Amino acid sequence: MIRRLPFLPIIAAALGLAAGCSKQDSAAPTASSASATGAVPQIWRVGNGTEPQDLDPQSVTGVPEHKIIIALFEGLVTEDPHDLHPVPGVAESWEISPDGLVYTFHLRANARWSNGDPLTATDFVESYHRALTPAFADEYAYLIYNFVAGAKDFYDGKQKDFSQVGFKAVDDRTLRVTLAHPTPFLLKIIASHYSWMPVPVKVIAKFGPLDERRTAWTRPGNLVGNGPFMLKDWLSQQKVVVVRNPNYWDAKNVKLDEIDFFPTEDISTEERMFRTGQLDMTNELPNSKIDVYRKEYPDALRIEPYLGVYFYRCNVTKPPLTDKRVRRALALAIDRESLVKNVTRGDQEPAYAVSYPGTAGYSPHARLTGGVAEAKRLLAEAGYPDGRGCPPIQILFNTSENHRAIAEAIQQMWRKNLGIEVTLQNQEWKVYLDTQHSTHNFMVERAGWIADYVDPHVFLEIFETDSGNNDTLWSNAGYDRLLQAALAAKTEAERYEIYQKMDAILVDECPVIPIYYYTRVHAVSPRVKGYYPTLLDNHPYKYIYLSN
Amino acid sequence: MFRFITSRFLQSLLALYVVITATFFMVRFVPGGPFTAEKAVTPEILRNLEAHYGLNKPLYRQYLDYLGSLAHGDLGPSFKYPNRTVNEIIGDKVPVSAELGLLSLAIALVLGIGLGTLAAIRRNTWIDYVASSFGMTGISIPTFVVGPLLVLAFAIHLGWFNASGWYLPSDRVLPCLVLGIAYAAPISRLTRGGLLEVLHQDFIRTARAKGASEFRVITRHALRGGLLPVVSYLGPAIAGILTGSFVIETIFQIPGIGREFVNSAFNRDYTLVLGTVILYAALIMALNLLVDIAQAWMNPKVRLE
Repeated sequence: MIRRLPFLPIIAAALGLAAGCSKQDSAAPTASSASATGAVPQIWRVGNGTEPQDLDPQSVTGVPEHKIIIALFEGLVTEDPHDLHPVPGVAESWEISPDGLVYTFHLRANARWSNGDPLTATDFVESYHRALTPAFADEYAYLIYNFVAGAKDFYDGKQKDFSQVGFKAVDDRTLRVTLAHPTPFLLKIIASHYSWMPVPVKVIAKFGPLDERRTAWTRPGNLVGNGPFMLKDWLSQQKVVVVRNPNYWDAKNVKLDEIDFFPTEDISTEERMFRTGQLDMTNELPNSKIDVYRKEYPDALRIEPYLGVYFYRCNVTKPPLTDKRVRRALALAIDRESLVKNVTRGDQEPAYAVSYPGTAGYSPHARLTGGVAEAKRLLAEAGYPDGRGCPPIQILFNTSENHRAIAEAIQQMWRKNLGIEVTLQNQEWKVYLDTQHSTHNFMVERAGWIADYVDPHVFLEIFETDSGNNDTLWSNAGYDRLLQAALAAKTEAERYEIYQKMDAILVDECPVIPIYYYTRVHAVSPRVKGYYPTLLDNHPYKYIYLSN
Repeated sequence: MFRFITSRFLQSLLALYVVITATFFMVRFVPGGPFTAEKAVTPEILRNLEAHYGLNKPLYRQYLDYLGSLAHGDLGPSFKYPNRTVNEIIGDKVPVSAELGLLSLAIALVLGIGLGTLAAIRRNTWIDYVASSFGMTGISIPTFVVGPLLVLAFAIHLGWFNASGWYLPSDRVLPCLVLGIAYAAPISRLTRGGLLEVLHQDFIRTARAKGASEFRVITRHALRGGLLPVVSYLGPAIAGILTGSFVIETIFQIPGIGREFVNSAFNRDYTLVLGTVILYAALIMALNLLVDIAQAWMNPKVRLE
């Protein structure tokens, strides 16, 4: 028998492996990365969700990419570690013209790329040129062309001459940006979003045409950035390693020697990696583990506010949702306190309005009030006393245990409180998105919105008639006018006053039913310091360090 | 033999062409596309993206283009990972899945055939009951239960291994064991069944009558016929095991092709879906051919012509 089995050597090898190996720390410190002080190297190992699509700030769209890119690149302004307000980045100072249209940025004399080349105003202009090149198809190009003078025409191909777009390198250290209309939150976008970060155009050109997405410039050894860290290694589906960038202008204040970003698609696996010490911080924590952590690892459990709202969209063209009284009745008949306490369980904040309370000093005054009694009255007024005669309502959600649990709870509340028939339907993620954006073949649909920057504008702009993300088919000319007026407002107080009116309209008409404000639940080792809760879950890495 | 292989090869080629064509059109007709995202891409950006990847051409044109580049061995760019080609992704990930697969297969064969044989020759004794219960348990308990249990015991409590990853030789032990056990279970049952059938046949009695030792009867005579069901099972099983196990690769965070195979469909990464389907289909066809040849060699009743 033994003679006949060709796989025997393999077995021997397998047994040898099993017997001869013991556990070693996969992220054992390497001598080469020891910090200049000669102390134990500071290596921070973090769970980062999924494998990054790419590391080109102009061709990616996701959060995991964002977390790595903010280590590798830095914008004109960057974020404060405590509340993310814009602080000097590559630009050491800036001026805004009284009409709010012209921004003049003064770049640091010691701003350099990680290869040592100086970083100049021309680099920024060339970066934005690439971002706006139609053939390159930067998916976040709108965060530039929605605001900068002439940029939309260039993007649409109506203007071929980039010098007509509102970017001008006055000299090596002065960049002037001219806007099409005042944008009071522009600096917040520049600070928090990678679409405005510079890319090393001269380096990229070595690897292929500038409008080609498929080039090797973001590979380890090729990628040049200007952030506090630089790319050392990228093992697909295993980890991305960044190490401190000695050419960074503020390198002496960077405390970590290395950050390892691990793709962790399976959150249970990620949690086990945290417990065995393979990770210092997880990206998420399974709901079922929250109570365990509360009891056993309270020091590691972090539940932080997160600038996002979980809501249900109503398709206002489908009866009975055409009647705003029915929509309001549905909104009022949800017991949000019970939902967050018993179903979502992550200390989420019940949402009675759309805008997130405390967003850059703004909290909505409007609030859904009246509860179940008012809901019943509205439903009766709409012609469906105790739900009689009301067509069944279908709730659509993307396939997920958590969304289903919420939908089932709401189904029960609507049945019990209003007497209406509710059915549930789940669809695979992209099918659901197609229903949401294209066919609109739904009645009520679960939705969520996470902000890209800290300003109340992010939540209110999506319900403008022409917004690609409205998806409720609700249109209100007064609301649209207010949004434009907010952009032209002279002061922040005036602008926030306008937002109050917009929030009031949303609560009155209920094209969407706010349910709760997100929290971010994850595990962070107590030895991680300089890491503060922030609304976008951005944590400027140069302030972070590890205690021993 | 030569005629058989040539004709089977041509049949496989035809089948592969049908698989490619069906997959190409099926993924296109599924709702949602590679650029469908929660934050809607504006119409002008979507137009540019589609132009960048040639998705604005008529579908039949894209199909012909795809077949054209496929003929040159080019599986195209990935939509999800802009700076990687499908060839590169497959080239990176297949060796990892193959390593995981081969080690697991070795465990599965040793454990499965060993236990199955023991159970058959000690039929209706406690050895048989233990081996059969192992078979039933292994088939009934899915890998996503066994995996975390082993991690809990050996990584978290005993601290012998990492909880996940594919960095060190020791990182191979737990995933290969879990996958190996999962395949060992059906193999042990098939071996037991096949062997029991053969052991009652005349030629075994003849062998015993001629004074052959029990060891020789089992290994030289009985196993050759008794393993036939195992061999037919192994064809598709090896293809599955080599192209990766989505569950094991996800639980243990292994950079294999199994995850890409599943995730590419969720991402509507058209080219990566096609690339992995072609790989999987070709492998199944090749292995089934090998199984047919192996069966003819093992069983004189089967002839290839």
